[in-house]
Amino acid sequence: MNLTLKIWRQAGPKSKGEMVTYPVSGISEDMSFLEMLDVLNEQLNARGEEPIAFDSDCREGICGMCGLMISGKAHGPEVTTTCQLHMRSFSDGDEITIEPWRADAFPVIKDLVVDRSSFDRIIQAGGFISANTGAAPEAHSVPVPKPKADRSFMAAACIGCGACVAACPNASGMLFLGAKITHLGELPQGQPERDARVVNMLTQHDDEGFGGCTNIGECSSACPKEIPLDVINQLNKDLRHALAHGE
Amino acid sequence: MTDLHTDPVATAAPEATIAPEAPEAPEAPATDAPGAPDTLVHGLYREGEPIVDTKAPRGPIAERWNTRKFEASLVNPANRRKLTVIIVGTGLAGGAAAATLGEAGYNVKSFCYQDSPRRAHSIAAQGGINAAKNYKEDGDSTFRLFYDTVKGGDYRSRESNVYRLAEVSANIIDQCVAQGVPFAREYGGLLDNRSFGGVQVSRTFYARGQTGQQLLIGAYQALERQVAAGTVEMFTRHEMLEVVIVDGKARGIIARDLVTGEIETHLADAVVLASGGYGNVFFLSTNAMGSNVTATWRAHRKGAHFANPCYTQIHPTCIPVAGEHQSKLTLMSESLRNDGRIWVPKNAADCEKDPREIPEEDRDYYLERIYPSFGNLVPRDIASRQAKNVCDEGRGVGPKVGDFRRGVYLDFTDALKRMSAEAVAEKYGNLLDMYQRITGENPYEVPMRIYPAVHYTMGGLWVDYDLQSSIPGLFVTGEANFSDHGANRLGASALMQGLADGYFVLPNTIRDYLAKGPFPKLEESNEAVVEARASVDARVQKLLSINGDRSVDSFHKELGNIMWEYCGMERSEEGLLKAIDLIRGLRDEFWRNVKVLGAADTLNQSLEKAGRVADFLELGELMCIDALHRRESCGGHFRAESQTEDGEALRHDDEYAYVAAWEWGGQDGAPTLHKEDLVYEFVEMKQRSYK
Repeated sequence: MNLTLKIWRQAGPKSKGEMVTYPVSGISEDMSFLEMLDVLNEQLNARGEEPIAFDSDCREGICGMCGLMISGKAHGPEVTTTCQLHMRSFSDGDEITIEPWRADAFPVIKDLVVDRSSFDRIIQAGGFISANTGAAPEAHSVPVPKPKADRSFMAAACIGCGACVAACPNASGMLFLGAKITHLGELPQGQPERDARVVNMLTQHDDEGFGGCTNIGECSSACPKEIPLDVINQLNKDLRHALAHGE
Repeated sequence: MTDLHTDPVATAAPEATIAPEAPEAPEAPATDAPGAPDTLVHGLYREGEPIVDTKAPRGPIAERWNTRKFEASLVNPANRRKLTVIIVGTGLAGGAAAATLGEAGYNVKSFCYQDSPRRAHSIAAQGGINAAKNYKEDGDSTFRLFYDTVKGGDYRSRESNVYRLAEVSANIIDQCVAQGVPFAREYGGLLDNRSFGGVQVSRTFYARGQTGQQLLIGAYQALERQVAAGTVEMFTRHEMLEVVIVDGKARGIIARDLVTGEIETHLADAVVLASGGYGNVFFLSTNAMGSNVTATWRAHRKGAHFANPCYTQIHPTCIPVAGEHQSKLTLMSESLRNDGRIWVPKNAADCEKDPREIPEEDRDYYLERIYPSFGNLVPRDIASRQAKNVCDEGRGVGPKVGDFRRGVYLDFTDALKRMSAEAVAEKYGNLLDMYQRITGENPYEVPMRIYPAVHYTMGGLWVDYDLQSSIPGLFVTGEANFSDHGANRLGASALMQGLADGYFVLPNTIRDYLAKGPFPKLEESNEAVVEARASVDARVQKLLSINGDRSVDSFHKELGNIMWEYCGMERSEEGLLKAIDLIRGLRDEFWRNVKVLGAADTLNQSLEKAGRVADFLELGELMCIDALHRRESCGGHFRAESQTEDGEALRHDDEYAYVAAWEWGGQDGAPTLHKEDLVYEFVEMKQRSYK
């Protein structure tokens, strides 16, 4: 198939960017979206133009490194990661716009590459259970009811890609935050630090420049791992609880 | 090797190389050494002195690890904060080690090329992690896990190391549960297990098909906790490009900040490489796009022996190649073999038919036929080779790529009859969804198609029982070392090894080395430091200045084709010799004709790739030399010249029961082979049988 791509080019963090149009041809429907960009980059390289910078690593939908705004949708038209989006989701002759995640907390580094280290700093603020190596009790000493284990797992499936932030009109990171609060908060091991965790992580979230949640739900519908919106309810509930306990 | 003097690094710091038990690096070119033709085997390598692991205690195998932990010196907590450890890589082996050493109070500098330590490729491991908990009371034990792993590795691993791995496996599960890793559980709230290839007990702990992700997030969170505590300093989007060796000891690294392009010097008391495997030498593999050999290869060039480079694991259950454009291959957990049945049509004429229309009697469930006792759960090397055999016979299925069908069916029809679709989805849902996403076919209706793909490399830098390489102060953990899997790794053992090394082994062994420190303070103006840094600068400039006609990817693909063709699932002397010639020609062309655009002082992904491919072009040759010298079949290494009458791998324990540790021979020199004999005291070496 033949496509017209309009791609955000930006030489560096402080440079002014612009949309540049690139026609591509001979694209097979079995290609992934990123393989289609590989083809374009090979063509650019051959004619002496610098290839387009974009992030990807595992290319199997689990590392969370890739993430593009494709025709206005985070990760494109399917519920999956950009690397798992295949060209069979498009038609011959389509015009596709490709932009980086846009959020104050995710500044652009180059072209389609953004800096998501704000997510790491949110985890540093409390997204863990303090259990030094060697100090763990026998694994079966604390049974975990299956429904709680399953809900914890569901929330732990977050890959930290940032699509939720990119999709949100407020550039809020609440789905990411709520997923971690739920993952750890559903487990007995997560209880001792539960109150402090939510307060500290939320404070860091706000300090990073992420917006507040206004219950729109774009985050959850863009999430490639289908993290449900109710993890944000969990976050709010935990926050109220923590504040009531004087955290 | 004619034109490699064009690599600027060729001139860098040869005197910094240390290799205590090795002869001097040869001066003469390997190909036409007139002075010393008698010393070069095949005109390619020379034999050096044997080596031994001096760190593993003797005595009963079950006591060795405790003995070593006791004998290893301690570092007083007050002294720990005066010691700095660099750790390259943030997967299970690196992330767990950084967190643990940080908790212990050392200064840790942790590096990864990704934008966050959580992205390391351990995250993609699907199926599970083995541990000898014996929660199923099905006859499992530490000794049985040890035995299965030694046997699965086709008797080419070290007994002491493997026993230790089995011994600490149970602690790993405890640790991960305490961190909040949401393993699969039964209704009573206790942990669930499943079985995996090559064993007959259920000892694999799992988190649906995302076990690696959940374990890595556990390690990542522990790591970030230490970043917050100030014990670990994190360097994301940094790539190690050289190791700094001063007075024979590893004292730091040269890294490139991938965002600004700045070349940075980082000095320390010890360096740990946890940089993963080198499967991307094949271009197409299940590795991440950025997975590379650079960290370990640069260390090899500075004197660290590279052990068993030819031992490559080709994983049987991957989604087949669809076309020329393909950038990577996707694995589907071998846990699918628990419930899926593998078959091809009995008659080549049926290969184009809709599989649902092929009657039962015309199907060949070849693994169940050939290996009735293990069936679809034979180890990976065997499952892969048999898939290749039936496709070579013309019974492969799926679309032709070139003029060949490379695929076999993995059929869930029986499982869907036995269990409900919901139960199958509960167990394997994300894998089946992924298959559908990539192929456009619904695995609940049509049998899936799979084919083997490069997945894991058992070879890696040689280490002793302390995980220390042949360079003092340079430690190597996880897939980056060679130590635990022999010639074939069993499923669910990579996660086990990564976390064993990271949480429990390295933190105990490295203290024996660190107790000798802090080492004399180093200045960045030190000659060896300056030289290492200059060599990195020169190499970057060289890559940017060639400005030839071919892209980095085109070289990488061509190298991958050579490796897959001649150093893949079946190897022969003729093919390997040809491959070595082809690789030399390609490497020569690379340094004359590669085209890398952009600048050094900015994010430049072409430049990153170019450096990695340059190292793969050297590694590929060593893999072929290793495969050529090992004229036996063992595990994932199958030599056409060494097979039984029914086509099974035939080992030659009398000649090859050793680790092949290769010493770098200099830019234009030949590598030197050092043999470490494998002595089996507790397991009897047998021909593997899964029949």
